[in-house]
Amino acid sequence: MEFFGVAVELLAMFTGFGLLIGILFGFFGMGGSFLVTPALLVMGYETNVAVGSGLAFVFGTSVIATLKHRDLGQVDYKLGVLMIAGTTAGIEVGKIGLEYLQHIGLADSVVSVAYVGLLGAIGAFVTYNAVADRDGGLVGEEDVDGDEEMPAIAQKIQSYRLPPMISLRGGVTVSLWMILVVAFATGLLSGFLGVGGGFIRMPALFYLVGVPVPVAVGTDLFEIVFSGGIGSFLYAQSGAVDLSIVVPLLAGSALGARLGAGATSLVEEDDIKIYFGVMLLLGAIAVAVRQVGGYLEMPVLDTVSLVIILGAALLVSGAVVLSSVRELRRTGPESSSSAAD
Amino acid sequence: MFGIETLGGNLQAAVLIGLVLAEAVILYVGYGVLESALARRVTELIRGL
Repeated sequence: MEFFGVAVELLAMFTGFGLLIGILFGFFGMGGSFLVTPALLVMGYETNVAVGSGLAFVFGTSVIATLKHRDLGQVDYKLGVLMIAGTTAGIEVGKIGLEYLQHIGLADSVVSVAYVGLLGAIGAFVTYNAVADRDGGLVGEEDVDGDEEMPAIAQKIQSYRLPPMISLRGGVTVSLWMILVVAFATGLLSGFLGVGGGFIRMPALFYLVGVPVPVAVGTDLFEIVFSGGIGSFLYAQSGAVDLSIVVPLLAGSALGARLGAGATSLVEEDDIKIYFGVMLLLGAIAVAVRQVGGYLEMPVLDTVSLVIILGAALLVSGAVVLSSVRELRRTGPESSSSAAD
Repeated sequence: MFGIETLGGNLQAAVLIGLVLAEAVILYVGYGVLESALARRVTELIRGL
């Protein structure tokens, strides 16, 4: 049976996969192309179609997730625009570094090692901090606005009172120049590694700028609307965006993103960070396995890598849903909330 | 899909991105309506389990 010339089974599979990714994307503000592109490659799609369709999907999902986060008051547009400006400049400089490495023939190995190292390091850092936080708090952290804990690095960055100072959501005031420096640095890494950068920006917004995690996620998503839109437009110019992939993926992820974004209001902030860290650590392992497979010319390791990524996605999105359900049940029947459905 | 393959270059890319954006907004509004109709009932159902 076919619908618009596409097998219904394929549409159902993409919709289910989209639901899974949508939960992660809405919850963390990352994970779209990270999950979709490798899956499409293993399914046999051409590289440009896998990347282009992945980007178009990320664009659509980020629009939906941003709208949802906006409804929850978790998008700081001022910070988002500043981040876009700084990130764009950083990406351009990062690309120059990458082109130089390509010129001397070291791009693949350096980028692979840097990517795995960075993914693993951020994953380990976030997980360690969240676990330490839950076990009694880290040295150098203190309560801000009652229950919000601000990392020591963010406090240090906010202590530089270089005008103009910018007030952000969550009662945070930071120097404009500090925001631009953080944005430039994340853009630099993003351009150098050739990735969207959600996994770098979200922790950077929390750990360096100091905005609360839900605002970091919402603002990161706002930025992805622009980067995903421009990226998918460029690929669509050469016909590399396949709507038979994007449309069903988006249909599933729209629901997932709503659930994921709603879950950020229910799940403990430390739990969000632990899930995020575990997701990155498993992602680092998956990328490392794929790189080893390429080096040893063992295509089977590509499949192993995909299984790890999909397993991680299933595990973490399942944990998000379970935590939300547990929280809803804990608050009891007398409380009311429409954040999660 | 949707017959936009006949368009060329920039126009095709713009229409395609427009379609994705339109789908995203329609889904957001559609699921929003669904959420406002069912969210409370589902939430209470989960709480009461």
